[in-house]
Amino acid sequence: MGIVSPGFQGRPRTQEPALPPGQYLTEDFPVLSAGPTPRVSLDTWEFVIAAENGSEYRWSWQELMALPQETPLVDIHCVTRWSKLGTTWQGVSLDTLLDGVDTGAHFALAHSYGGYTTNLPLDDLRGGRAWVVHTFDGAPLPAEHGGPARLLVPHLYFWKSAKWVRGIRLKTMDEPGFWETAGYHDYGDPWREQRYQGD
Amino acid sequence: MATSTPRTANRWQVGRLVERRVETPTAQTLVLEVPDWPGHLPGQHVDLRLTAPDGYQAARSYSVAGPVVDGPGGPRIEVTVQRVHDGEVSPYLIDVFGDGDPVEVRGPLGGWFIWRPEETAPVQLVAGGSGIVPLMAMIRARRATGSKAPFRLIYSVRTPRDVIYADELRRRIRDDFGLDIAYVYTREAPEGWRGEPHRIGLADVNTHGWPPDLQPLTYVCGPTGFVETVADLLVGLGHPSRRVKTERFGPTG
Repeated sequence: MGIVSPGFQGRPRTQEPALPPGQYLTEDFPVLSAGPTPRVSLDTWEFVIAAENGSEYRWSWQELMALPQETPLVDIHCVTRWSKLGTTWQGVSLDTLLDGVDTGAHFALAHSYGGYTTNLPLDDLRGGRAWVVHTFDGAPLPAEHGGPARLLVPHLYFWKSAKWVRGIRLKTMDEPGFWETAGYHDYGDPWREQRYQGD
Repeated sequence: MATSTPRTANRWQVGRLVERRVETPTAQTLVLEVPDWPGHLPGQHVDLRLTAPDGYQAARSYSVAGPVVDGPGGPRIEVTVQRVHDGEVSPYLIDVFGDGDPVEVRGPLGGWFIWRPEETAPVQLVAGGSGIVPLMAMIRARRATGSKAPFRLIYSVRTPRDVIYADELRRRIRDDFGLDIAYVYTREAPEGWRGEPHRIGLADVNTHGWPPDLQPLTYVCGPTGFVETVADLLVGLGHPSRRVKTERFGPTG
């Protein structure tokens, strides 16, 4: 327990659902990005998985749409402390995309249109826990939320769910991404409150 | 001003309120004495954490408003808190948090939305509402370090009463050579102002910002819609995305 702040009670919290520590509920959908929103045309959009041996696996927009679609219903948690419960998405599981990719890599570096990057253990993209999503709440994902497509990895803080995702590089060595080199935690588990380096 | 040292930045320490300044009807500056403050760069933020008697905690991020100030009890930092309607933390900090009261502080945090005083490129700052706070830290650091980097600030506010740091900005525009400030009023312009209240648009950014060929560094901070609009305008004018840094705030309490 920290230093008690004289006169601080906090919000009434008998009805609070189970949130990761330090999080509060929000109903709307805040936008947090480090720069201008990239505008990506579906005609030129592609998603590329690059394996550590140099081989590449590519999907155009039409090819992505032709893959089996899933509709995850998940809670999301931003490192800036808002959480949003029961969000609905549509997209393609990374299990589907990684199926047939020949790799022995343990790490993945997601990269985006606009230059953003974020790193994750490859295992965290498997097992029905990660998707490339293009639809939020029944409508095409708006550009400010990462449309046309973003990564969705809801069990980690939301900066790992790279907006405007363009591809994933599979790596034998971990390589920190954009926020991870700017002082944020390498892994980012909200339930362990891994916000910043050293947490 | 030192750069951050992760060792100290990564632990909570106890700060105390030593001074409070009313900036607008809804914003106040809190001066906190933080004895082990490691220093920070303009644009960085701190997390402040409150604890209730039953152990419940709430933390929020606030931009640091200026360089470290030396006080008799050690280093002091300033944050400016805008009251959030129905907020959990900001009403406490504005209405209840008293002189000498403790608050847990962690920082400095954030290594992206920063300006380094050794940079010589022209700087373009675009603030919406309380988005002025980290940009004011840059303006104050420019003055404190004697930087000659040319600065332009475009500051969008609802009415003249909503200008945070109004007196100081008037002084700086007089005293700080190479600093220009333009205001955009969205609801009510001051007496004698030329033009009508309006939301920031292409003409404002084009007239009061730096042209892309001067390769300015641009920092945009404000509510989401404001930042989206301004960043899109800047890219449309030809500013490379990688030189436009943004910080958006949504609902925080």
